[in-house]
Amino acid sequence: MPKKKIRSYLINIAAALLVFSVVYLALQLGWINSYYRSILILICINSIMTISLNLATGLLGELCLGHAGFMAVGAYTAALISLNSGLSPYLSLTLGILTGAVTAGITAFIVGIPALRLRGDYLAIITLAFGQIITILIRSLGFTGGALGLNGIPLLTDFPLTFWMLIVTMYIVYALIRSRQGRAILAIREDDIAAEASGINVTHYKMLAFVISAMLAGVAGALYAHYQGVLTPEKFDYNYSIDFMVMVVFGGMGSITGSILAAVVLTILPQLLYGFSDYRMLLYSILLIALMIFKPSGLLGQKELSQRVFQRLGRQLWGKKAQTVPAETDIPTTVVDEDTYLTEQGSGDSGVGGSSTRGQENLPVSGTPIAEAEGKHQERLGLDTQGDEPLARKQKGRR
Amino acid sequence: MTYFITQFINGLQIGAIYALIALGYTMVYGIIKLINFAHGDLMMVGAYIAFFALSNWGLPIYLAAAVSMVGTAILGVVIDRIAYKPLRDASRLSALITAIAVSLLLQNACMLLFSSSPRRFPTVTANLPTISIGNSTVNVIVFISIALAIALMIILNLFVNKTRIGKAMLAVSEDMRAAQLMGINVDFIVSLTFAIGSALAAFAAVLYLFSYPQIEPYMGAMPGIKAFIAAVLGGIGIIPGAMVGGFLLGIIESMAKAYIPSAFSQVTDAVVFLVLILVLLIKPSGLMGKPEKVKV
Amino acid sequence: MHLLEVNEMSIQFGGLKAVDDITFSVDKGEILGLIGPNGAGKTTIFNLLTSVYTPTSGDILLNGKSIVGNTTWQTVDSGMARTFQNIRLFKNLSALDNVRIGFHGLEHYSLAATLLRLPSYWRDEKALTQKALAILDIFGLKDIAGVQAQNLPYGQQRKLEICRALASNPQLLLLDEPAAGMNPTETQELMSMIRFVKEHFDLAIILIEHDMSLVMNICERLIVLDYGRIIARGLPEEIKQNQAVITAYLGNPLEEEA
Repeated sequence: MPKKKIRSYLINIAAALLVFSVVYLALQLGWINSYYRSILILICINSIMTISLNLATGLLGELCLGHAGFMAVGAYTAALISLNSGLSPYLSLTLGILTGAVTAGITAFIVGIPALRLRGDYLAIITLAFGQIITILIRSLGFTGGALGLNGIPLLTDFPLTFWMLIVTMYIVYALIRSRQGRAILAIREDDIAAEASGINVTHYKMLAFVISAMLAGVAGALYAHYQGVLTPEKFDYNYSIDFMVMVVFGGMGSITGSILAAVVLTILPQLLYGFSDYRMLLYSILLIALMIFKPSGLLGQKELSQRVFQRLGRQLWGKKAQTVPAETDIPTTVVDEDTYLTEQGSGDSGVGGSSTRGQENLPVSGTPIAEAEGKHQERLGLDTQGDEPLARKQKGRR
Repeated sequence: MTYFITQFINGLQIGAIYALIALGYTMVYGIIKLINFAHGDLMMVGAYIAFFALSNWGLPIYLAAAVSMVGTAILGVVIDRIAYKPLRDASRLSALITAIAVSLLLQNACMLLFSSSPRRFPTVTANLPTISIGNSTVNVIVFISIALAIALMIILNLFVNKTRIGKAMLAVSEDMRAAQLMGINVDFIVSLTFAIGSALAAFAAVLYLFSYPQIEPYMGAMPGIKAFIAAVLGGIGIIPGAMVGGFLLGIIESMAKAYIPSAFSQVTDAVVFLVLILVLLIKPSGLMGKPEKVKV
Repeated sequence: MHLLEVNEMSIQFGGLKAVDDITFSVDKGEILGLIGPNGAGKTTIFNLLTSVYTPTSGDILLNGKSIVGNTTWQTVDSGMARTFQNIRLFKNLSALDNVRIGFHGLEHYSLAATLLRLPSYWRDEKALTQKALAILDIFGLKDIAGVQAQNLPYGQQRKLEICRALASNPQLLLLDEPAAGMNPTETQELMSMIRFVKEHFDLAIILIEHDMSLVMNICERLIVLDYGRIIARGLPEEIKQNQAVITAYLGNPLEEEA
């Protein structure tokens, strides 16, 4: 692992720890009452849902209209394990989270088979149908408690658990995106024909992203089951799926930190506005239409709030280089590393400004470039160093 | 056998309704390549308009249907102009999300305006005779519905294939840019498509209400999805395909309801989705569609 | 054995035979030009070669093995890469990422390596970034490696597409009108790059191009298509004199264009 990378990871871990300990301390000292604590937990769960949906919609580019359905699969699986396994509470919770993820993933695989082989918007329709069918199914099956739902699920979900599951979710999605698999997923979003012509098995990677997305939704469901204690099929209806879609679009399709920001805002807002629930879906629909027409990229677009953003923000605030950078979030996800490598040659000063801003933890991957290493030994590549051995030939002894 | 025939006739009736709604999906998809998720909800709005025309303004049923068709057509065009038109060149995902949002908007606006409690559509068929088939009877309205739907489809087919404007529609759905270069007013054609599709949905709503006289803000969702499945079954973008797909799906559903034991009654909706999955697995271009030719 | 062998390949769209009974072959290290009027079936041939379409009849052999029935990505994996007539880059991604995506079939670290950031991830990523930058460097694009593809000028976008195709380490490269929209200086520059790339990567190239000066200059052999059929084949000099070709181009003598 390149040294700069290690530093970047450490900074991110430190930032997460810092946010965690501040909030945790506030909870322990009773500065945050139990009402707000439950909202905090809900924010984390919604963030996991939004990030996972963002993987399918913002990063892969497929519209998923039944994401609450995958959450339901995870929730019911985990709840049934907790209620029936007879294991110790935390063991069964761990088992529940894992199995919830797996069952949701398997469900997504089955749902994806007919739709993901095809070009076009079939996944939207299939997932829409899936969202309807799963609630019907839960209602009519015996072991799911039918329309009455499941009661008495142990309340094991607390702030530390959801917070660290959120961090894990962020890490997984980031780690995925900055890899050959992730680039394949982005390529499919950009142009599936060109992706296939670049040697990418489009169906395979669509399925990969979709299944991982559903697995994370399953995790969120498992957490939700042990947060609420009660599960009813109605909870996971179409509107609930739409809630997450609104968060993804609002935060920015493709932006992980944007998803968290949106989850924070759109989780708190309904709690603050009295009588909001009657108008919520109406406002959401207008918000969606307006966003699509005027700012289809959402709040952050594909950009991320990252270390670099805070560094720049810090610099501006402390007046070091106030004139340099105009828009603070103007760093496209996928360009960050090379871009900065080529233009800024790694800004030396670190410093995690603004870590007090909740939900904007700096993330593992957005920092320093992989290309860094090359930056140092910039012996001329290509033309002359390669001699007569064609450079591409070294990649693989295919012939 | 009698049972089978009555179920078959029921299937034709609901199939006619699906076909009418599916036409709107397919025509819009054919022209702007958008799944208009709000289409089912346009049908719902049509139902409300027909309801008010009938019970508040005291219009006769045929006038109420006409008013509903005109009103819904205008709404369809307005939706396209405000919400979809600015996104003609945007990504498919943006347009799709907008369509979802418009669907939500219609549902929730109607819920706030008319409340979520269902209204009962007045019975207009009470004095009509019934026809007996074996030992069961079928109201003549069923046959009238089927006949009207078929008549409307024939008119639509003639319009599309024989008139100048209809041919312009076909041209736009074939290649919008080329059609524009040939001097076709594409915006007008798109609006017209939305108008026709919406009017057909409103007509379908009236037929629907003859058999299921409940009106509520979410009533369009299920028929909407099923009609979309009908459109895919017939081959999305193909007008005769939507008609065939609609009738076929209606019959399949009706048979499923009739022959699947009542213990699994909730599963009948799932049968329709099973049809969708099978179509996508076996012949994604639909019964009457040609295989999609990728433009590279 | 030829690198590529196309035997009696045809494809029918509805009633139209877009490509009709075509046979030709390409050898290692060769640049073959594919010319003909618009709609002659040139791009369709590329689509057939890269398995975007499946031929109605006939066979395509790459290194002696049939690739008919392959998916496109399998064909790319077996050593064929292409560019598109109307540029198809990954617009929102950086130039470097565009090329790194081209490497897709050549990197093999697993999903586990990705998620756990195992050493193989770091090693492969580093190596591949170096290789990608090296390819960009050949085309003078190294300095704009971090720029989003959509923000590049047209000429650079065309070059970037070639870079991406080269990244998959092809033995056969299909270039679909690489000089379209370029000015004479850029075309000249592109020509020498194509020559260089051919030598450097030890490639065979099939080139579709309307710019006759480019075609006549760079191609060792030409195939002329009209209405999906081969109407002439041979050395550039022979083609220039060919009566059928001149007629196909509506009596417009090639010399004038050249």
